[in-house]
Amino acid sequence: MAPSDPSGKKMGMWLFLYTEIILFGGLFVLYAVYFARYTPDFIDGAALLDRGFGIVNTVILLVSSFFVAAGITAVRKGHTRIVLAGLWGALACGAIFLVNKYVEWGHKFENGIYPGSETLVDSPGGLNLFFGLYYVITGLHGLHILIGMSLLAVCLVLVYRRKITAQQDALLENSGLYWHLVDLIWIFIFPLFYLVV
Amino acid sequence: MEAVKSFYDTPVPARFTGMLSWLITLDHKRIALMYLFAILFWFLLAVLLGGAIRLELMFPGANIMHADLYNSAFTLHGVIMIFLFIIPALPAVFGNFFLPIHIGADDVYFPRLNLLSWYLYMTGGVIAIVSLFSDGFPDTGWTFYVPFSISTHTNVSTAVFAAFILGFSSMLTGLNFITTIHKMRVKTMGWLQMPLFTWSLYATSWVQLLATPVITITLVLVMVERVFNVGLFDPARGGDPILYQHLFWIYSHPAVYIMILPGMGVISEIIPVFARKSIFGYKAIVASSMAIAIAGSLVWAHHMYTSGMSDTAVFVFSLLTFVVAIPSAIKVFSWVATLYKGAIQMTPPLFLSLCFIYLFSVGGLTGLVLGAAGANIHVHDTHFVVAHFHFTMFGGTGFAFFAALHYWWPKMFGRMYDFKKAYAAAVLVTAGFMLHYVPMFVLGLQGMPRRYYDYLPQYAAGNFFAGFGAMFMILGIGLMMVNLMVSFRRAEAAGPDPWGGVTLEWTVPSPPPVHNFVTDPDVLDYPYDFSRVVAGAVKKSRGT
Amino acid sequence: MEKTAHIFEYKTLALTLAGLLIMTGVTVGAAYIDLGWVNVWIALAIASIKASLVLVVFMHMKFEGRALRWSFLSTVGFLAVMIGFTFWDVAFR
Repeated sequence: MAPSDPSGKKMGMWLFLYTEIILFGGLFVLYAVYFARYTPDFIDGAALLDRGFGIVNTVILLVSSFFVAAGITAVRKGHTRIVLAGLWGALACGAIFLVNKYVEWGHKFENGIYPGSETLVDSPGGLNLFFGLYYVITGLHGLHILIGMSLLAVCLVLVYRRKITAQQDALLENSGLYWHLVDLIWIFIFPLFYLVV
Repeated sequence: MEAVKSFYDTPVPARFTGMLSWLITLDHKRIALMYLFAILFWFLLAVLLGGAIRLELMFPGANIMHADLYNSAFTLHGVIMIFLFIIPALPAVFGNFFLPIHIGADDVYFPRLNLLSWYLYMTGGVIAIVSLFSDGFPDTGWTFYVPFSISTHTNVSTAVFAAFILGFSSMLTGLNFITTIHKMRVKTMGWLQMPLFTWSLYATSWVQLLATPVITITLVLVMVERVFNVGLFDPARGGDPILYQHLFWIYSHPAVYIMILPGMGVISEIIPVFARKSIFGYKAIVASSMAIAIAGSLVWAHHMYTSGMSDTAVFVFSLLTFVVAIPSAIKVFSWVATLYKGAIQMTPPLFLSLCFIYLFSVGGLTGLVLGAAGANIHVHDTHFVVAHFHFTMFGGTGFAFFAALHYWWPKMFGRMYDFKKAYAAAVLVTAGFMLHYVPMFVLGLQGMPRRYYDYLPQYAAGNFFAGFGAMFMILGIGLMMVNLMVSFRRAEAAGPDPWGGVTLEWTVPSPPPVHNFVTDPDVLDYPYDFSRVVAGAVKKSRGT
Repeated sequence: MEKTAHIFEYKTLALTLAGLLIMTGVTVGAAYIDLGWVNVWIALAIASIKASLVLVVFMHMKFEGRALRWSFLSTVGFLAVMIGFTFWDVAFR
């Protein structure tokens, strides 16, 4: 019962990515409306975020996408060591990203800025919404980083076991697509939260 | 034809037997039947709940339930019917069983994902059952509007989590079907040679894929708000409750097209067969299916005219709503035109399809009343709405489901049912349906609100008659189900083609073998070419 | 039915990364210039360019056929409708 055309596996992954785009899209609907309605509060909110962390995380994810893309090129050329380097590199980037997030969120928690906190309840509505959206969107995004890292880790193991090769690279290709999508979403999150002026 | 083993006797993977050969199957036909079993359970449960609701409403005052229980009852009825019956039924049962066969394939593209979809469906159902206990099933209505869904103490989070899981089942089925249709059509079948049921599943699958994530995130937000009190929809915290409604209906309006498109596909299959005539306007039906999917994604806020949204939005969405009625009407014209001057053979599937056409048309026309912003102010949240959506979802999809059962029963189970009882059941259900729901249009116009356990004395007569209609309807459904089940006791096997169909399922044995085809599928140049069927019938009638 | 695999050379990937990093710098720089309501549109435009680079190069969209291209655009189109049509309400209250 082998499928007739292996390109279907890639199509299936793209279709799944579309669902992820729409999933985050719902949150961006809320962002768009509240940004339009409370622009000054959103500017204040962005000023309270640490732009440095945002920039570093953006760079990290872009670099990680490069690593994964290089991994695909490598597997097709049979450069197994580069595949492994790419995967290890992407995983390291993901880990650093998550550590950064943890630190960032930690700072905010310490300053009384978390969902339902007194500070936010007493803040102007727009500021409360800015941080509400910040936590929900970056939280959901962080969950997807974890999922993406899990997929890449599985690929890593399978490359070591020589189960992923130039002829059988669908899992790596699809995991890569997922990872790139997670990067894509961050490309929009970054300016919308850290660069509001 | 020599005896070929049916899929019942040959499990895939081969090493499992008994229950496991069903629970760990990769055969799309077995998965379809597992869905059918569960779906019929949920349908019948929700029907009984509906019966209880109508019994309560049959007489003024609190009869068998008080307000709180009533609120949970109609919420549960809605949640089960929508998420556990109408949305999955046609794609998961008949789509799973027949989509691969219709395109000459031996299974769907992702058989294991297909099985996962079933397990997600069952898990969602179990979680819904769990939410019945402790704090009680939600009393919010199936729409879970904020702020009440956030503040009420009933099990909203659990119930909403069930719907969240069911959403994944739906999305993955859509993903599977799209990939299957793109990549597994037999080489000789181009896009414009696919059966219309396949096209309807294609359009439906795109909506399932793209719209469902919106309800996913919306339900997640309800859970997040209940736990973390973020305030995204709370006016005191800057939020806007109307945005919840936007997000909710951005899914839930396209969802009604998920419900009806496959039903229309079934009707497009049945009518040509029993008119012995090619479907009128194949390309128009294809185009209208895709148009309904697209246009249906643009009209969601017609559920929100009275919510407090801007007048501009009311105008825009009302205009677009009238546009989306057009492709549906094209289909009705095509079906009727197919029947015109056809050599009609009456059978239970055709009878049910004719009932569908009438009931769905009434539903569609009353949708225009609701879509017109001015008229909507008068009937919003009244029983007029309840009648409208039951005409479209039950008279439409529900009857299409009955029709599909009666059309494909001999193929799936190798047995034919008794026609007389099938007709009797269909008449009873249809007559009961009319007596049940037509009074609701009147009650709605007279101002009776929906979702109220009690009403003013002037509404008593309408509710009383509606209750009678409900009883006939439920009797009819019972008779229909019993009649179908009893067919298993018959000794005589149904042949491969009891109806004279031209799509590929009628070229294989009943029930089909595990890999669907015995010889290579022979695709017609045009999917509804009845010349061979007609020639064969003529030969037979001449005794040659 | 094996097609020859689509490969982007490492150099192409590195150049794409460079482009992405430069655009990141541009968008950060733009945030220091107050142009009022134009800022957010500039940010979105730059983000879209970055996204296109990731999509076309890293995700190999350059090599994909009509089905994937059209379906991707439809998805983005639906997202645009979700946001845009909501503004029929929100912008005119």
